[in-house]
Amino acid sequence: MRQISMRDAINEALHLEMARDPRVIVLGEDVSGGAGGTSGQRDAAGGVFGVTKGLLPKFGEDRVIDTPISESAIIGAANGAALAGLRPVAELMFADFLGVCFDQVFNQAAKFRYMFGGKTSCPIVIRAATGAGMNMGAQHSQSMYAMVTGVPGLKVVVPSNAYDAKGLMLTAIRDDDPVIFFEHKALYPRKSAVPEGDYTLPFGEANLVREGEHVTVVAIGRMVSFAEKALDALAADGITADLLDPRTLSPLDDETIYESLDNTGHLVIIDESPPRCSVAADIAGLVSSNAFHSLKAPIVQLTPPHTPVPFARELERAYVPGPQSIEAAIRKMLKESRAAS
Amino acid sequence: MSLPRDLLLRVYRQMKTIREFEERLHVEIQTGEIPGFTHLYSGQEAVAVGVCEHLSDQDWIASTHRGHGHCIAKGCDVEGMMLEIYGRRDGLCKGKGGSMHIADMTKGMLGANAIVGGGPPIAVGAGIACKIAKRGNVSVALGGDGSANQGTVFEAMNLAVVLRAPVIFVFENNGYSEHTGASYAVGSGDIAGRAHGFGMPAETCDGSDFFAVYDAMAKLLKTARAGGGPATLEAKTTRFFGHFEGDPMLYRAKDEVARHREQMDCLRIFRDRVGKEGWLQSAELDAIDTEVMALIDSSVAKSRAAVPPSAADLLTDVYVSY
Repeated sequence: MRQISMRDAINEALHLEMARDPRVIVLGEDVSGGAGGTSGQRDAAGGVFGVTKGLLPKFGEDRVIDTPISESAIIGAANGAALAGLRPVAELMFADFLGVCFDQVFNQAAKFRYMFGGKTSCPIVIRAATGAGMNMGAQHSQSMYAMVTGVPGLKVVVPSNAYDAKGLMLTAIRDDDPVIFFEHKALYPRKSAVPEGDYTLPFGEANLVREGEHVTVVAIGRMVSFAEKALDALAADGITADLLDPRTLSPLDDETIYESLDNTGHLVIIDESPPRCSVAADIAGLVSSNAFHSLKAPIVQLTPPHTPVPFARELERAYVPGPQSIEAAIRKMLKESRAAS
Repeated sequence: MSLPRDLLLRVYRQMKTIREFEERLHVEIQTGEIPGFTHLYSGQEAVAVGVCEHLSDQDWIASTHRGHGHCIAKGCDVEGMMLEIYGRRDGLCKGKGGSMHIADMTKGMLGANAIVGGGPPIAVGAGIACKIAKRGNVSVALGGDGSANQGTVFEAMNLAVVLRAPVIFVFENNGYSEHTGASYAVGSGDIAGRAHGFGMPAETCDGSDFFAVYDAMAKLLKTARAGGGPATLEAKTTRFFGHFEGDPMLYRAKDEVARHREQMDCLRIFRDRVGKEGWLQSAELDAIDTEVMALIDSSVAKSRAAVPPSAADLLTDVYVSY
C-alpha cells in the first residue's frame, strides 16, 4: 500500500469529508493564506503546516475561511456555526493558543448540550498542533491535552501515525460532539500505509500496537513510536510488552489497559505533558482504583519534568521522554520487581 | 408612519409579558423557591422587542446572563422558561440550564450566556451559516455596556467585518456593568463609536422608546440582509432592578430607580404614544394586561407544582454519543 505522511493523511480526510458533506467548513488563521497579500496568490499557505492545502481552490471561500488572528472569534464562530447546523473544522494552529480561546472551548462548546437539556449538539472539530521536539519554545511546544480531557462534554483525540490520523479525523468530523484533535508537529512528515478511500476508526478503542508478556506500556501520540524503538531494543533481551495506544483520551479505553495488566502486572505510562494532573496521572489513578490487584510493581509514569518546555536543543532533548529513557525505565522497573519478589 | 395594528398589539403583549415575568420573579425569589441567582431585565423591554420584532425563527440571537427578555421576545415558551428557572424537569432545558442558560434552537435562540462576551463570537458563527445559506437571514449578538469592554467582542466585530457576515451587534447600555458605572468603565463613553473603528455602520438610539429601537434596527438590518455586512446598535436604557436579585444597589442614587421608572418606562412611553396617535385603544391594551397576568400566574403555579429532575437525569445529555 502507498505510504503517505500524517500531514497528507489529514489533508485527505478533510478533502473527502468536505466533498461528501456540504455542511463541513474549515476556518482559521492561514488555512488558505494569501488573502490581502500583494502577490494575489490564494492558498499561499494551506495552514502553517500545510495540512489544509488545496481546500480553498476546491471548495471556495465560503467554506474555507481565512480568519484574522482572533482565536476566541475563530472557536466561537465555529461554535455558533455548529449550533446553526454546519460542521466546522476550526484550526487553532498551535495547541498552546487554547489559552486565548479557552472560554469558547470549555464554557461554551463543552456545555451547550448539557445546559440546553440535550436539545442541541455542537459538532465542531478543533485541530491543534501539539508537542515538543522542534525547538519552538515554551509557548509553541506544549502538550495540553490533559486540560481538555478533564472537561466533561469534550472528546480528545491524539493520533500517533498517519493511518490512525485519517480514520480518526473522519470519525471526528462525523461525530456530533465537540472534538479536540491534537496533531503532533514531529509526526506531520512521518509516513505510514494509508488506504486512499474513506474509512473511520472508532473513538474509545485503544490500539494494541504490539503484544508481549512482561509489561504493559501505554504511550500517547509521538511517544508510541519512541516506545516501539525502546521495545525493539528490549526484545534482544527477551523482554516483551503489550504496547497500547489509547488514540482517544476522552473517551478513554481503560478496560483494555486493565485486561493487559491482568497478564503483565507491570504498567509504564509514557506521556509528553508535565507530570502533575496529567493523563499519565489520570490513568495511574484509574488503574489504582480499578486494577490494583493486577499490579506486581508500582506504576511508572514517564513524563517530562514539572517545567515549561525549554528552547535549547540539549534542554529540549532532556525534557521529552525518548527511546533510551523508556528502555531504561522498563529495565529498572522489571529489575526492581524481580528483586522484590 | 403608523405600524400595522397587529404588530403594535404583539409588541405591547411581548413587552408586557417580559415586564410581568420579571416583576413576578422579583417577588417569587423572596420565597426561596427559585434556586441560584437571577438577573432581571425590567426596564429594557423595548430593546429586546424592538430588535426581535424584525427577526424570524430562521434568524439567530445570542443572548446574555440577563436573557429572559431576549428569550421571550424571540419566541421561547414562557411557561417552559418559568419551569426552567424553577429548576424543573419539564423546563425548556430540563432544569439543567437555569436562568442564565435558556436556549431554543427551533426559535433561533442560541442561548443566554453566563460569560460576558461569550455570545458575540457565537453569533458571528451563526451569521457565517446565514451567509453561506444565502437566504437573507441574520444573526444578532446582544450584550450590555459591560460586554463592550471584552476583547472577545472586538474579535467578533472585526471578524464579522472581514467576512461581511450578516451580524448586528446590539449593545444595551443600561449604565452599569454589574456594580460599576459605564461612565467609568467604558473608556470613551461611546460604544457605537467603537464600531466605527471597525469599519461598520453604527446607530445610537433611545432604548426606552420601542419605535426608536425598531426604526434603528430596520435601517441596519436592511444593509445586513442585503449582504452589506455587520452593523452595531447602541441602545441607551436602564434596569429597574440590581445586577442580580439581592443586589442592594449601593452604587445608585437613592431615587434613581424611582426616577427612571417615572421617566424611562418603555411600556408607559409606548402606551402614551399609541394612545396619543390614536393607533390603539386603552381598553385593548388593558385586555392584554389581563391575559399576560393570567399567563404569568399559571406559569408560576405550574412551576411550583412541577417535579424536579430525577437523579438519573444528572448523567444524560453530556454527549450525543458516548
